Amino acid sequence: MAEPAKPAAPASGRANTKKELPERFRNHKHVWVFVEQERGQVHPVSWELMGEGRKLADKLGVELAGVVIGAPGEATLAAAREAACYGADLAYTVTHDILADYRNEPYSKALTDLVETFQPEILLLGATTLGRDLAGAVATTLLTGLTADCTALDVDADGSLAATRPTFGGSLLCTIYTLNFRPQMATVRPRVMAMPERVERPLGRLVEHPLSMAEEDVVTKVLRYIPDRDSAKSNLAYADVVVAGGLGLGSPENFQLITQLASVLGAEYGCSRPLVQKGWQPAERQIGQTGKTIRPKLYIAAGISGAIQHRVGVEGADLVVAINTDKNAPIFDFAHIGIVTDALHLLPRLTEAFRRRLSPHIRDRIAS
Amino acid sequence: MHIVVCIKQVPDSAQIRVHPVTNTIMRQGVPTIINPYDLFAVEEALRLRDQHGGTVTILTMGPPMAEESLRKALTFGADRAVLLTDRFFAGSDTLATSYALASAIARIGETFEPVDIVFTGKQTIDGDTAQVGPGIAKRLGLAQLTYVSRVAAVDLVGRAIEVDRRAEGGVQALRTRLPCLITMLEGTNDIRRGSLPDALRAARAEIVVWSAKDAGIADVGKCGLRGSPTVVKRVFAPSPRAEKAAMVEAGGPEAADALIEAIFAQRPRLEADLATLVRGY
Ligand SMILES: Cc1cc2nc3c(=O)[nH]c(=O)nc-3n(C[C@H](O)[C@H](O)[C@H](O)COP(=O)(O)OP(=O)(O)OC[C@H]3O[C@@H](n4cnc5c(N)ncnc54)[C@H](O)[C@@H]3O)c2cc1C
Ligand SMILES: Nc1ncnc2c1ncn2[C@@H]1O[C@H](COP(=O)(O)O)[C@@H](O)[C@H]1O
Repeated sequence: MAEPAKPAAPASGRANTKKELPERFRNHKHVWVFVEQERGQVHPVSWELMGEGRKLADKLGVELAGVVIGAPGEATLAAAREAACYGADLAYTVTHDILADYRNEPYSKALTDLVETFQPEILLLGATTLGRDLAGAVATTLLTGLTADCTALDVDADGSLAATRPTFGGSLLCTIYTLNFRPQMATVRPRVMAMPERVERPLGRLVEHPLSMAEEDVVTKVLRYIPDRDSAKSNLAYADVVVAGGLGLGSPENFQLITQLASVLGAEYGCSRPLVQKGWQPAERQIGQTGKTIRPKLYIAAGISGAIQHRVGVEGADLVVAINTDKNAPIFDFAHIGIVTDALHLLPRLTEAFRRRLSPHIRDRIAS
Repeated sequence: MHIVVCIKQVPDSAQIRVHPVTNTIMRQGVPTIINPYDLFAVEEALRLRDQHGGTVTILTMGPPMAEESLRKALTFGADRAVLLTDRFFAGSDTLATSYALASAIARIGETFEPVDIVFTGKQTIDGDTAQVGPGIAKRLGLAQLTYVSRVAAVDLVGRAIEVDRRAEGGVQALRTRLPCLITMLEGTNDIRRGSLPDALRAARAEIVVWSAKDAGIADVGKCGLRGSPTVVKRVFAPSPRAEKAAMVEAGGPEAADALIEAIFAQRPRLEADLATLVRGY
């Protein structure tokens, strides 16, 4: 959220507690980003976080480190080197054969050991299935605070991490602090933060840390790994143009007005959460806090009110166009272009008008 | 087999009120339901019990009124319900919640019978963190199985379990030992209706109500606000964009063209981008 907002409730009660960091945490310095890799592939959320981590580290005047945990070999090393290209000053690696597949036990031990040895002040992880599994376990072991699914990160005047996330209710955000514990941990969902530019840069330092654990010590075994079929993956999160529908469409049949427009635009389509809850659309089409975060060049939302949990999923869109019958709908607070009208009438016309406008290119497509 | 399922009573609506002093969410006056994600955990537990025999204990930490959710869970066929309630728990974050729940689960194991599996939902719809499950697992030293889409096999004699776990790019088939903690993925089973006898039994059932002390919690400093490392410092409404949305006023047949004009006027490069997209589609 770019603009500062007025507090709805003043900071008070325990939130006003004078911060006094216990002595044992005073040496905690530097910002760390966990570089998530599975099967040799770094998850893009790690680089998005590296960009964010860079800003935090610069504000604090400390170093930014990438943390890579994995099997010994080129992939892990490459990920450590790549971290530098996205802003890391140094990288910590823990490599071991037992780390080839993600498993909670050895990964939590590796990350916990690293934190206890090198004492970071801030530790960021992607809010993926892996990141959340790991973050929850590590924060509990370290008995420190963990803020999930943040949408904005900042450091305040006294150097504390201010982690902002939507709160229950569909209309509010809250900023959460970890006052007297270190590290301050947070997870962020993919695509919430912008991907920083990649700049070819050598890695400043590589710190290799051992893991004293053997396969016999790990009770959980990976029997098989079944990769998803490509056809099962929608490109929603990475699409340049997205058209989405909400409850205002009125019925599941009307959703085809959305898919038809999407098809003419070469776009992906999505929906608000109630449509998933009603079974009108599958979960992977949901946009928002508990669905996909998108960063398209153009986002068209029809019959969506624009609750905060939806908004945070589209905050990165270049241009938000809202179609809604209610001129007071919150979506008009963050849309760039709005039209107050019945989506059921406008959508077919819009599809037709775009078809006309883009027809030379559509013809090209058919010809080639 | 003894299974404990952690469920949470959550506000049903998007209504919200924030306590002016503590900046915590006030739940009074808002209708409540069982966290929808937890129903998949309840169903999976009941299925395993039906297959292997044993008992299912439902556990919740919350205000006294959370008893309603426990009764509801009993109507599905759960065997026992434990309500962990104490003013010391107010304002708990996930670390404090997992401490209280882990203590109660340990006590449940001692009081009734040893626990083989702990289930939680994937996440709550109010807290929405997916952190409490892993927190309980760590505190109890249980094998942690998150985002489970299927329990493939349970071997009570060999003390082992096999599950499918959703990973980012695929599914991991995992084998681990019992006891373990499972966070169940949504949409993985169909929650049963519950039978009439179960409904009657649920209405009369005695709910086990425990305070912090009953649950064996010696240090209440680890509970509630005091035991929570995170604090909500500020609750605020999102601000509107600096510039207001440009409203397209045209109606009727012109509306579509006017909207397209407005889009390309604000982002002239979009037309070329769309052309490329459409060609490649
Ligand atoms: C913890 C939590 C997480 C959540 N996560 C998400 C999430 O990830 N994504 C998400 O989307 N929501 C999420 N929500 C739900 C969110 O708070 C809203 O309830 C939801 O986004 C509303 O969906 P909607 O806009 O489709 O429906 P409504 O809020 O019911 O809005 C429908 C809109 O359609 C308009 N309308 C009606 N008829 C027409 C018509 N004919 N033409 C045009 N407009 C019309 C109405 O004016 C209204 O503005 C979450 C909620 C919680 C509590
Ligand atoms: N107060 C509570 N009582 C019982 N179970 C809970 C409670 N809070 C969270 N849980 C369990 O932990 C899961 C994850 O919650 P959360 O970390 O809040 O998203 C939920 O699906 C529940 O199964």
